[in-house]
Amino acid sequence: MKTLGLSLTLAAGALSAGLAVAPSALAQAPDQADRIIRGRYQAILGDCEACHTAPGAKPLSGGLPLETPFGQLIPPNITPDKASGIGSWTEADFRNALKNGIGHDGKRLYPAMPYPAYTRMSDEDISNLWAYLRTVDPVFNPVEANQLPFPFNIRMSMLGWNMLNFTPGEFRPDPSKSEAWNRGAYIVQGPGHCGTCHSPKTSLGADETSQALEGASLQGWFAPNITGNPYIGIGSWSEEEIVQYLKTGANARTIASGPMAEAIEASTSQMTDEDVKAIATYLKSTTGGPAEKPKPIPADDRRMQMGAAIYHDTCSACHGADGKGARQLFPALAGSAIVQQPSSETLMRLVLQGSQAVHTDGARTTPAMPSLGWKLSDQQVADVLTYIRNSWGNAAPSVGPSDIGAHR
Amino acid sequence: MDDKVGDETIMTTILPRKDVVIVGLGWTGSILAHELTEDGLDVVAIERGPWRDTATDFNIGYAQDELRYAIRKDLFLQPVTEAMTMRNNTSQTAMPMRDYGSFLPGNGVGGAGVHWNGHTWRFWDSDFRIVDNLTRKYGAARIADLQLQNWGVAGEELESAFDRFEYLAGISGKAGNIKGEIQTGGNPFEDPRSRDYPLPPMQMTYAPTLFAEVTKSLDLHPFPTPSANLSEDYINPLGIAMGQCTMCGFCERFGCANYSKSSAQTTVLPVLMRKKNFEVRTDSEVLHVDLDVSKKHARGVTYVNTSGEEFFQPADMVLLCAYGLHNVRLMMLSGIGQIYDPGTGEGTVGRNYCYQTNSGAQVFFDDKNFNPFIAAGALGQTCDDYNGDAFDHGPLDFVGGAGINCIPSNGRPIQTRPTPPGTPRWGSAWKQATVKAYKATLGFSSQGSSYPTRGNYLDLDPTYKDRFGRPLLRITFDFPDNDIRMSAWVTNKMEGIAKAFGGRQYNISPRRKGWDSVPYQSTHNTGGAIMGENPRTSAVNKYLQSWDVPNVFVVGASAFAHNAGKNPTGTVGALAYFAADAIRQQYLRNPGQPLVSA
Repeated sequence: MKTLGLSLTLAAGALSAGLAVAPSALAQAPDQADRIIRGRYQAILGDCEACHTAPGAKPLSGGLPLETPFGQLIPPNITPDKASGIGSWTEADFRNALKNGIGHDGKRLYPAMPYPAYTRMSDEDISNLWAYLRTVDPVFNPVEANQLPFPFNIRMSMLGWNMLNFTPGEFRPDPSKSEAWNRGAYIVQGPGHCGTCHSPKTSLGADETSQALEGASLQGWFAPNITGNPYIGIGSWSEEEIVQYLKTGANARTIASGPMAEAIEASTSQMTDEDVKAIATYLKSTTGGPAEKPKPIPADDRRMQMGAAIYHDTCSACHGADGKGARQLFPALAGSAIVQQPSSETLMRLVLQGSQAVHTDGARTTPAMPSLGWKLSDQQVADVLTYIRNSWGNAAPSVGPSDIGAHR
Repeated sequence: MDDKVGDETIMTTILPRKDVVIVGLGWTGSILAHELTEDGLDVVAIERGPWRDTATDFNIGYAQDELRYAIRKDLFLQPVTEAMTMRNNTSQTAMPMRDYGSFLPGNGVGGAGVHWNGHTWRFWDSDFRIVDNLTRKYGAARIADLQLQNWGVAGEELESAFDRFEYLAGISGKAGNIKGEIQTGGNPFEDPRSRDYPLPPMQMTYAPTLFAEVTKSLDLHPFPTPSANLSEDYINPLGIAMGQCTMCGFCERFGCANYSKSSAQTTVLPVLMRKKNFEVRTDSEVLHVDLDVSKKHARGVTYVNTSGEEFFQPADMVLLCAYGLHNVRLMMLSGIGQIYDPGTGEGTVGRNYCYQTNSGAQVFFDDKNFNPFIAAGALGQTCDDYNGDAFDHGPLDFVGGAGINCIPSNGRPIQTRPTPPGTPRWGSAWKQATVKAYKATLGFSSQGSSYPTRGNYLDLDPTYKDRFGRPLLRITFDFPDNDIRMSAWVTNKMEGIAKAFGGRQYNISPRRKGWDSVPYQSTHNTGGAIMGENPRTSAVNKYLQSWDVPNVFVVGASAFAHNAGKNPTGTVGALAYFAADAIRQQYLRNPGQPLVSA
């Protein structure tokens, strides 16, 4: 399945990623086939499917509505269908969309389409991606992307937004840094668009560039700090641990959940080892967030005492009395970055609703955290979260019952 | 195609052909599906019960519900789905069991492998070649009253299959014999194994620790029971992770919420379910295997879903991987082989049904606290000194034996109510006694062999039918005199052990004749489609291939030619791997042909 010479094997490989390459396209010149294969890899780096494919639908034929603070947007159909997709676009149109946020007919795109990141992509990568997108099965599926209320539904308003928030321009490598660092920075800032989830947003919904990758709320989860911060970022992770996490969804410290689990399944687990290593190299070099840990809440605090009792009854069978968890099965809580984020949104979600690990070749077990929302009161969930955020060397703000109530 | 059922004509939907159809997705079905899909075969499993997995069905928030699972038997086969009839001998009229009691067949994905305790044994070469062994040592006359048969396979042939099952399942134990070298602390009576268990033994609780001390003082050889409750975190050869057992004491009758007890769910399914050449159809009951006109070739199976829709699934191979008793009944309902007749001794399907011959002992103390709720299904100590043919039967009047086990598997509040003999059954005296005895009682038991006789067998009931109008399975069984003598002798030894504990009082529960299907005894129902050397006396060959219909394999404890004084799952797992190897390495080269010539 690794050879790319035969169109059938390639098509099978592409299918396994949910992305189909039409065999006819590969009958063209070899350099064209090469472009298509490279373009398909760009689609993996960019995780186009995450937004543009609805569950169970044909690849890239339009996605599920995205809830933004300004209203709803529906990721459009980007198959080569002429009537409802991008079949009538030219490569120049496509480049303009990715680099400048301007669509085929001059329509301003909303930055839910992460053109502020894609603008950093090289022309060659965009060109290859375009070549690949031309080979996807065309699907007739008209999507009205713009579901925003007035005044946000006026696309021209994005002109002003762009003036304030958007700096177009290709990624410029830093010659003082290693090749791997530059490759990692390119993927993170460009096609990988990590900041779209992980960077805090301004009141206008733009990335807060001074706080890049320091963590942000989205869709009821908290996308954590992924800078080299030593206690709430990935600073204490080894490069191998970052690579293992991105390739498999699990490492000795944690197991991916929520939107990151989906991103790992569809995107990072399918990246080359070199690219994932480059991402790790780059992320470890970044800084952000408080350098000092706060003081933990003392163990004799009433909330801590209640939390300890609930923890030992309900959580310790899997996560261990010492919070150390079990490899590939139960995430460690002691020393965990996600446990100590400023926001406890992800933790609340996990306790109230549960979560199941994704299946990757390197982590096949798919263990689950069951929902405990039905048996724990708001106060109990708050106390147990306060306890795990402030035990075994962890330190983070307490969680209150009203926070829990708001997330039920 | 249509079948007449009552006044209704049911249309049967014919489905696209598969390479392999597997009936039942428990331990053996999962192992075979995994092995055969590795060879690229297109496999479908048809499972009567529901889909079950750890995340959704054995939720840590409610998995430890004794009322739901242990008393109301939530995970088990219910008689409304399939009942069986029973009698002790052919002079009686069998009656349907209104509830499962003496044994509890599983239901749903994972089968009985979901709710087992986890004792994982290897049967010995002296079991597989039992007739050769006993005849040589004691003469043919000693076993004349029994219908013992060689299994057609030698112990050393199965060693690597046992090893693979143990490593798949992360069994925790201590080897007693590695390549002929006796290992301190293990079972000195076991056959040679190629290497130690994948995990060390579980940490012992107090009761088995004391049992080991006492039995050692009596010159017996206690060792940690090989356990499918894991002593440490483990990642199996398929890349699936399991967790260390927390000793919550909810194993038998329960699914494990902690990924700590080996089952299809925790060792195979996370990988199997992702394969594109595998599919499971749950809530679908196979009615019969369809044979062609020659009756020598299976065309596929007919099954019905919960909406009553009937389907024919054509396949090149049919693997019966249901619970052993169901395998036997499906063969009978499908016309695979000839049904056994105890009158003439002719026929093979239903032959050599065996069970388990158990007895118990309790010791009541005043000054000990065993904390019985800290427990696991297979956390304990065993002595095999009186098991199988580990001891000389020369001067004795029986063959066979029993493992003596101190495995306090739980202290669950509803069912763990030991009281000394003479205690009233209710009222304040009972309450006081149960409070006193709960923490201070040590129990141990014998699990004895069950040897076949001509009159213990399975067939189809002439009167009672299931909801599809098919005859129920009829069990004709009583404990053979040989086994009663064996159990009495072993139980006498247990009384010696009970006395040596020096408790205030002890109580012995011997095995008596007259099998009663109501009180729980054991779910180790074996035989009925036994493996062997001779198609006149066995239903399947050594590779579990039907002698009569070579593209049908029948996998499970149904293949046991007798039952040893051990839990069957380890040997069932080994036989599954042995059959899978034979299919992959031999059968697929020459499909449809017998692997052993009759």
